[in-house]
Amino acid sequence: MEKTMTHKGVPFERLKIASFDFTCCEGCQLQLANCESSLPDFLGLLDVRNFREISSERYDDYDIALIEGSISRQDEVERLLKIRKQAKILVAYGTCACFGGVNSLKNRHPVEELIDEVYPGMAIETLPVRKISDLVEVDLFIPGCPVDKREVERIVVSLVKGSLVTLPKYPVCVECKAQLTTCLFELGEICLGPVTRAGCNAVCTSGKTPCLGCRGPAEEINMAAFLALVKERGLSLDDLHEKLAFYNAFEPFLNHEA
Amino acid sequence: MKRDYAIAIRHLSRVEGHADIHITVKDGELVEARWAVVETPRFFEVMLKGISAERVPFLTSRICGICSISHALASIRALERAMEITPPLAAEQTRLLAMQGETLQSHALHLFFLMAPDFIGTSSVIPLMQSHPDLVRAGLQIKELGNEISSVSAGRCTHPVTLVIGGLSKAPDKQRLLQLRTMIQERKPALESACSFFSSLVMPDFSRETEFISLCNGSSYPSIGGRLISTDGVNRDENDYLLMTNEYTREFSTSKFTRLSRDSSVAGALARFNNNHALLHPKARETAEQLGLRPICHNPFMNTIAQLVECVHILEEAENLINSLLDMDLQEIKTPYAPKAGAATGAVEAPRGILYHSMETDAAGHVVKADCVIPTTQNNGNIHSDLRALARQALEEEKDDRETEKLCEMMVRSYDPCISCSVH
Repeated sequence: MEKTMTHKGVPFERLKIASFDFTCCEGCQLQLANCESSLPDFLGLLDVRNFREISSERYDDYDIALIEGSISRQDEVERLLKIRKQAKILVAYGTCACFGGVNSLKNRHPVEELIDEVYPGMAIETLPVRKISDLVEVDLFIPGCPVDKREVERIVVSLVKGSLVTLPKYPVCVECKAQLTTCLFELGEICLGPVTRAGCNAVCTSGKTPCLGCRGPAEEINMAAFLALVKERGLSLDDLHEKLAFYNAFEPFLNHEA
Repeated sequence: MKRDYAIAIRHLSRVEGHADIHITVKDGELVEARWAVVETPRFFEVMLKGISAERVPFLTSRICGICSISHALASIRALERAMEITPPLAAEQTRLLAMQGETLQSHALHLFFLMAPDFIGTSSVIPLMQSHPDLVRAGLQIKELGNEISSVSAGRCTHPVTLVIGGLSKAPDKQRLLQLRTMIQERKPALESACSFFSSLVMPDFSRETEFISLCNGSSYPSIGGRLISTDGVNRDENDYLLMTNEYTREFSTSKFTRLSRDSSVAGALARFNNNHALLHPKARETAEQLGLRPICHNPFMNTIAQLVECVHILEEAENLINSLLDMDLQEIKTPYAPKAGAATGAVEAPRGILYHSMETDAAGHVVKADCVIPTTQNNGNIHSDLRALARQALEEEKDDRETEKLCEMMVRSYDPCISCSVH
C-alpha cells in the first residue's frame, strides 16, 4: 500500500504503529479488530509495523507503541524499556496499562501464597503488578476495560491530523443522565459513576450494572462528598471498598475513606 | 534436505498470548519437539478469594478478552448451583444467545484473521483486503454479527455487562432483537460464500488418534452445563470435573497440562463435533458433509472446518433463540437470592472448548476457594504430542526445515489456542 495518502487533496502520513501486550487478557487489542464496518478505513490510517496477535511480520521502526497490560515479570520490564527507547509516542492502552487493572488484586496476597496455591512445588517468577507509568514515561493514556473502539478511532484520527488528543474531563454520570437511565443509587446500589471519567457512553450503568471505575477518576472529583453520599444512604462500606479497589484506578484516593 | 536443524519460534504470531515452538533435528532424527507456553501468570484463583459472588463474573470475564462471556457464565453457573439459585427462563435463553454471539465472533476471528493468511500464504489479513476482498468482507460481516448478538444479549461483546447472578440486570431490547433477526438472515449468504472458499482448500494430511472431551446434554448441541463426556466412553457429572482434568505442571510451561484416559486429550469445536454431530442443525450437518468433515475426525487441522460448521449451526440456533425471546414478555429476568455457603462447578462450552469454573462460597456469599480450568490448558498436551508426530512425519516426507516450521505453526494455530486465558 502507498505510504502517503490524501484526504480532500491534503496529504497525510500513515501512523507507523506497533501493538504489544504484557500481563493482560488481550481484550483491548481485540477491540482494534472490532467496529468491523469502519475497519478497512481505520486500518487505512495505519502502517502496522509490529502486532504479533494478528500478523507474522515484525519490524522495529514504529513511531507509536500501544502498550496493553500491566507489568508483573522482569522480562516484561526489559521488553518495555526497549519499546520506550524506540517509540516516539508510548500509549498506555487500556485499564491494566493505565492503572494496573484487575491484576492488581493479586498484590493483596504475598507472592508465596500465589505460587503455593496455583503452582505448588514449581519455580515460577512473578512480581507485584505495576502500571506502565511506574516504569516508563507515558505520553498518552487510553483507559477502559476494555477500551472503547470509537474513542480509539477518534484518537487515531487526531494523531493522523496532528491535533490535540483529549479525553472527557467530566464523570460517567453526565453520559448516563443523557440516556435518561435510572440512577443506580436510586435502586440502592453504590455506583462509581459520579467519580469516574466518562467516555464509555455509560455502557455499564445503561445495562443497570454499577460503574466500577475502569476509566479512573474524572478531573476535579469530590471524593469526600461522594463518600458522604454513600454513608448518608447507609450503603455498605465493604461494597464500596471492593468497587474502588477493583481496577486499582482510585488508589490515590483510598486514604480519604477512613 | 538438511539433516541437522533447529526451529525456535519465539512468541508465535497470530495466536492469542505468548508461546514458543522448539524443534531439534540431528542426523535426520527428531531429538526434541516442544510446545512451551511462556505467558505471564496472573493468579486469578487467588485474586478471587474474598470477592463477593455478585462481583465474581465481572472479575472472571477479565480472564479472557475473546471469551469473556463464557468465563462470566461459567462463574455464574458455578455460583448459582453453589447457592441454589434458579434463574428465570428468559435469562437462560438470553445467556444461550450471548454464548452463540461470542462463539461466532471468536470463530470468525480465527477463521478469517488468524487462519486464512496461512492458507493463502500471507503474513496477516491486511494484504487480503486487496487480494481477497470478498473473503475479508464476508469474514467481517460474520464477526460483526457475532459481536452484535453478544451486545444485544449481554450489553457489550467484550466483558459483558448484564449477565449477573440470578439472571440478567437488564432484558434485551425487543426492537434490537428484531433488527438482529433481520441481520442474521441478511448475512447468511456471507457465510455461504466463506464455506465455498474453505471447501476449495486442501487440509494437510495428518492424524494422530486421541480423546475428545466435551459437554453433552442429549437434546441440543452443547453450550451451558451438562454431562462431561469423551470419545473414549467417559461420562461424568458436571461436579466431577477434577476427574476429567487431572491437571499437572511441566517445567517448561506456565500453562498447565491435563490428561484423561490417554496421555493427552482435546477440547474445542472438533471435540464438540465428534461428540455431538447428530445434534447440529441439519444445515450444519450438510455443510460438514460438503467440507469433508466426518466423526470421529482425528486431524487437528480440521478444527478450523469444525468451527465453520458451528458458525452455520449458530446462525440457525440464534434465530430460534431470538424467536423464543420475542414470544416472552421479558419481565421476569432475575431471581432474587440471599447469599449462602456452598460449592459447585459450572461448565460451559467456550468457543475453544469446555471451560470449568469451580466456586466455594461462605455464608456471606464471598468466594473462599476458586478453580478455573481453561480449554487451551486441556489442549496443551495434545499440541505438544502432535508437534512431535507432525515433525516426525515431515522428516519422513523429506520436507525441509522452512516447510516443517510453517506446517507446525499452522497446526498449532488450528487449535486456536487462547494462551493468556490458559495462564490465568
